[in-house]
Amino acid sequence: MIKINEKIITNCFSFLIYAFLYIPILVVVVYSFNKSQFSMIWEGFSLKWYRELINDHEILTATWHSLLLGFLASTSAVLLGSLAAVCIKRYKFQGRKLLHGLVFTLVVIPDLVMGIALLILFHFLPVPLGFWSLFFAHTTFCLPFVIVTLHARLGQLDKHLFESAKDLGASEFVLFRQIILPLLGPALISSWLLSFTLSIDDVIISYFVAGPSFEILPLKIYAMVRTGVTPEVNAISTIILGFTLLFVVGATLIRRKK
Amino acid sequence: MHNPIIELKNITKAFGQHIALQELNLAVNNGEFLTILGPSGCGKTTLLRLMGGFEQPDSGHIFIDGYDITNLPPEERLVNTVFQSYALFPHMTIFNNVAFGLKCNGIDKNEIKERVEETLKIVSLEKYSERKPNELSGGQKQRVAIARAIVNRPRVLLLDEPLSALDYKLRKKMQIELKQLQRRLGLTFIFITHDQEEALSMSDRVVIMNDGKILQSGTPRDIYEEPNSLFAAEFIGEANVFDAIVTESTKQNTTLKVQNKTITFPEPKQFKAGEKVHLIVRPEDLRVWTEKEVKNTDDMLPGQVEQVIYKGSTVDLIVRLIDGPLISATEFFDEDDEDLFYENGEKVWIHWLPGWEVILPYEG
Repeated sequence: MIKINEKIITNCFSFLIYAFLYIPILVVVVYSFNKSQFSMIWEGFSLKWYRELINDHEILTATWHSLLLGFLASTSAVLLGSLAAVCIKRYKFQGRKLLHGLVFTLVVIPDLVMGIALLILFHFLPVPLGFWSLFFAHTTFCLPFVIVTLHARLGQLDKHLFESAKDLGASEFVLFRQIILPLLGPALISSWLLSFTLSIDDVIISYFVAGPSFEILPLKIYAMVRTGVTPEVNAISTIILGFTLLFVVGATLIRRKK
Repeated sequence: MHNPIIELKNITKAFGQHIALQELNLAVNNGEFLTILGPSGCGKTTLLRLMGGFEQPDSGHIFIDGYDITNLPPEERLVNTVFQSYALFPHMTIFNNVAFGLKCNGIDKNEIKERVEETLKIVSLEKYSERKPNELSGGQKQRVAIARAIVNRPRVLLLDEPLSALDYKLRKKMQIELKQLQRRLGLTFIFITHDQEEALSMSDRVVIMNDGKILQSGTPRDIYEEPNSLFAAEFIGEANVFDAIVTESTKQNTTLKVQNKTITFPEPKQFKAGEKVHLIVRPEDLRVWTEKEVKNTDDMLPGQVEQVIYKGSTVDLIVRLIDGPLISATEFFDEDDEDLFYENGEKVWIHWLPGWEVILPYEG
């Protein structure tokens, strides 16, 4: 008897956890198909909001901007980050430990502080607010995550791998190109994906450094929500959710194959 | 006298406060199978890493074929290392692993193919060239690691405890294979191990290290039979150590007082009368007689059997000497003594042929 009770309690508990996590998302998905103009009342199934979304040029442009920005910023973060991680791991130089520590600080620093800091920096440099300011900002806040991920992966690798490559006559370049990069492969992909995700849904930092010339999706949605949640926002959210799911499933499948 | 192929002169290396190597000198001859033997932390791996170029000495010089290579990076040295973890490149096939060094040195494609195939044949892995390292067994990985090094035709092959990850049986087999390979290639091997049995059975010469210094260097037989320190005696094989006092020492003989007996041994080393010494006898050199078997017990030590361990080809005895230490004796079945039957608690007499012992100055 006790056993059965225990099982019921465990199941209820895990159901509650899942409910707590996923019901809000489910609500968004369901209401994106709602016919009603007002979010809270269900009036029947409709694809109206999706149709409206496709015709909304502003949103489409913002989405395209966000994807482009995410792609470029995470790519540059991974390029810089892989060099930085290898550098911190392999070379001894003045201030190496300090640099390593600062990377972790950047991971935990509040976005608000980062946003203000970047805004001031761009004002002084000066970088006009728009695509470039967003690009630099996103690269900056993605970079520490990339470094931390890749540094951890490098730490897992047998250091004798690098030594034996050198021993067999590899130059630093050959070592990086033929040994380090291929072995970092999966970590490179996952840190790129992480950066892309961070970039695509960043509001706070972008809010500070964005300009009118280059509108991005999160800020656009934020602006729309301020005038009340419209079903159109639900529709965008659902589409983004769908892509995210595809992404995650794809990544899992690739990893399993390996 | 041969010219040394690799020579270390006055090498000192410290890691922070810890001195890993101290004023170390070593010369290795061409074609030699040299084993560096010592407990973990004795500096043997550091020594190997200095030769491979992975560490720089604080002072001293390293020469290969007479050229000073102390400041050359690993990729420019004509030595290759086989690491304990093998360090095979997991993302490359066996062929590409072995070809890596040749590719780095810009060798022509056809020649690479030829040499890799030839080397894989030497280590009998020619059928595995398209596999990945994780599809091989431990012994096979080991052979790939060796193939990957020797394909470059290094002047010296450095091996850092390469067999320690293998199980006992495979290790035995690889010991023989390695030794044969070394003979066949005529290559200089510098082999690092903490396993004394491995050192004795494979090497032309054994170097014993402790605390960053070389204690003794010689053929396995010299090292085993004539250890020059208590550490060497106890580290290699088993040793019974008695404390003794010199009563008389001449050019040919030394008389010792040991366990209340005064016994004279043929010993060319001279000691001072009254000096404390260590008397060392290997278990297999001891003869254990029961009371009935002996008449003259003048140069024998009395004891009592504490434990009898039957080992198949031998019988090991743990004997407590009267008023003295526990010693161990290994008795062989032979025509002198076919029974080897002892009982626990039995009174026995311990004896060895004078001259089979080693007398060392007291080390405190």
